[in-house]
Amino acid sequence: MDLPTLWAFIIAFAVFAYVVLDGFDLGIGILFPALQRGGDRDQAMNSVAPVWDGNETWLVMGGGGLMAAFPLAYAIVLPALYTPIIAMLLALIFRGVAFEFRWRDAAHQKFWDISFAGGSILAAFAQGVALGALLQGITVEGRAYAGGWWEWVSLFSILTGISVVVGYALLGATWLVMKTEGTLQKKAFRLAELAGIGTVVCIVAVSAATPFLEEAYYQRWFAWPHVLFAAQVPLLVAIVAVALGFSLKRRYERLPFLFSLALFALSMIGLGISVFPDIVPGRVTIHEAAAPEASLIFMLIGASILIPVILAYTAYAYWIFRGKVGHAGYH
Amino acid sequence: MFDGFDALLLARFQFAFTVSFHFIFPAFTIGLASYLAVLEGLWLWTGKAVYLNLFRYWIKIFALSFAMGVVSGIVLSYQFGTNWAVFSDRAGPIIGPLMAYEVLTAFFLEAGFLGIMLFGMKRVGKGLHFAATLAVAVGTLLSSFWILSANSWMQTPTGHALNAAGQFVPLDWAQIIFNPSFPYRLVHTVLGAYLTTALVVGAVGAWHLLRDRANEGARVMFSMAMGMIVLAAPVQAVVGDFHGLNTLEHQPTKILALEGHFESHPDGAPLYLFGLPDEESATVRYPLAIPRLGSLILHHSLDAPVEGLTTVPREEWPPVAVVFWSFRIMVGLGLLMITLGAVALVARLRGRLYDWRNLHRFALVMGPAGFVAVIAGWVTTEVGRQPYTVYGLLRTAESVSPLDAPAVAASLVAFIVVYFTVFSIGAWYMLRLMAHPPVPAEPGLDEGAAPIRTAGITPAPALDPDRAIGSGTTGG
Repeated sequence: MDLPTLWAFIIAFAVFAYVVLDGFDLGIGILFPALQRGGDRDQAMNSVAPVWDGNETWLVMGGGGLMAAFPLAYAIVLPALYTPIIAMLLALIFRGVAFEFRWRDAAHQKFWDISFAGGSILAAFAQGVALGALLQGITVEGRAYAGGWWEWVSLFSILTGISVVVGYALLGATWLVMKTEGTLQKKAFRLAELAGIGTVVCIVAVSAATPFLEEAYYQRWFAWPHVLFAAQVPLLVAIVAVALGFSLKRRYERLPFLFSLALFALSMIGLGISVFPDIVPGRVTIHEAAAPEASLIFMLIGASILIPVILAYTAYAYWIFRGKVGHAGYH
Repeated sequence: MFDGFDALLLARFQFAFTVSFHFIFPAFTIGLASYLAVLEGLWLWTGKAVYLNLFRYWIKIFALSFAMGVVSGIVLSYQFGTNWAVFSDRAGPIIGPLMAYEVLTAFFLEAGFLGIMLFGMKRVGKGLHFAATLAVAVGTLLSSFWILSANSWMQTPTGHALNAAGQFVPLDWAQIIFNPSFPYRLVHTVLGAYLTTALVVGAVGAWHLLRDRANEGARVMFSMAMGMIVLAAPVQAVVGDFHGLNTLEHQPTKILALEGHFESHPDGAPLYLFGLPDEESATVRYPLAIPRLGSLILHHSLDAPVEGLTTVPREEWPPVAVVFWSFRIMVGLGLLMITLGAVALVARLRGRLYDWRNLHRFALVMGPAGFVAVIAGWVTTEVGRQPYTVYGLLRTAESVSPLDAPAVAASLVAFIVVYFTVFSIGAWYMLRLMAHPPVPAEPGLDEGAAPIRTAGITPAPALDPDRAIGSGTTGG
């Protein structure tokens, strides 16, 4: 594997880490309106309070890493996704500050609950829209984006937007199943069942539409012998979906979260099959966009030492706050 | 609202707005993280309860400030791409890796240990908790290191070449990271952050001393803050002078603009204390000047010649009036800080540190001075770099994204509305916490019945009838 490809995998890993980690804490925000005001919401928020900041750091890693390793892709993609990205950033402000503000102002707690939920929903939707807009193809001329600021709008991008909201809700619900008990956990089981069905429907819909967006995607899925490998992905999705349903029905506490993670991993692999070796789907390849070797090597030295260290202390922080969140909380 | 402005100007407004707003929080949290580490260290070392109380008092304010710093910082990591796409494409191979190292060495470290620092005292014990606090404090300093290296490279670029696509490509990373202006900018910025924090801590201490001069927490924090200011403020002036000499060497137009030297002064330049710089006529109107002092400051010699801005083409000039004034605001506030430190030192030597009310009033008024000085300093250095993003090599006008003006205008309005609303409320919550006097047995963030958590959010296990049943459920 050459350097640009290796870096594409590192960025993909950062994006995946972001999606599943911030996915479950955004998911809790998405589910907030369905939770009872007061104690249940306190517990739900406390279950992610010590870790959300670290989770969101992967978003900075994804963005910063893209700029560093594939500056051309960063320069083309971000102006193309201008509106959804700005919406996401503003939404993340509202839900991020709610973690602190909610506890500082009892009189306006309702407002910060709305800010937390609304911010989480909008951020998730904007991320999904951005994904859809990229997949359906953006207008590129030379080394720059050449479309307008509403080019991202389409039925497909709205479908991917909704899909991400539903998928994050599944991660959030199964996280709550794992971290809470009592009535809140019962509620979380019900929400997980609903979100699980929704997520599977969304995966099917997006997967069915994607190969027809670009001829190249179709070839990567259905051309012989690609299809032999590619066909395993939908097969595994089906197996995991059944396992998720079974684990929820049997009221397992940890398995539903793990199966939800597996669904996201498979979706990510499916996405990779559609777009590889492009970094701006259908427009610019990994090699065309890659930074010079001197940049990639310099970062690789740091990344290969620091990413394992980061994963180790992040795991340690999760372990410190393991177990049920309980009512006393740590806020 | 912004009809008639082009996308370039709007993009510049937007970046200036979001980056200035953002920097308010790190300017405070860099210093506060170190202060919290010192407080916790003193508590572990001496066992005195007052240090733990102060730690708990300030960590609540730190948590708020940190959250606002995080969410406003994420914006910046994407704004390079949304608004400055050409800059990102061309300078990305240099700036990108520096920022990636910031994320890998600093952001993850801060975020990973912040949860333990805020909520984990009971779970990990004193020693490990102190390690977590240190990790967060070190993280804020590492973050300064990398981001100031990136910024300094834009001011004084070295160690690179240009490739066929017009991108800056790295030749020598040591030269890139330790570019000529970096050491000065790093020390100047970190000292500025420490001073900013000390001024806030000092003002809070002074506020509570004015109400109750026997409050032990207020006395300790006031004493520590004044100690920091008396040491750091004069050092900052010296560092600032070195930073200025370095800038004169590498970015002479910035210095000429902030000094108001349109004209050449072949035998000694004056120092304009005040005046109205007029770019049109290239003169400083109504000048209040001290002869030859300008040459003394810039060249450490009374009759050294100074070549004015008029010797370079106008399209190379930064906006003169902006940097002229922002520089004077920064220096003026710096002189006031030195004065505050000196007065506090006199009070301490006379044993009147805790009961000289005019000193407390002075310290109280100086509370926000650090923020203003820090922003004024950044305005000076960033506006002074104009008309370039990468000094001398890439013009700001060439760096911008191919965006429609309405898109940038709409997002600018959205940023202004959201930032003013959300961060004003946040600042209000911080002021409310600061208005509480530090008390013995200050509640921490991880304790249930904190007084700030009043009706409606008091944890009440009794409210949940299913708890006993629920807790019996086994794991999957």
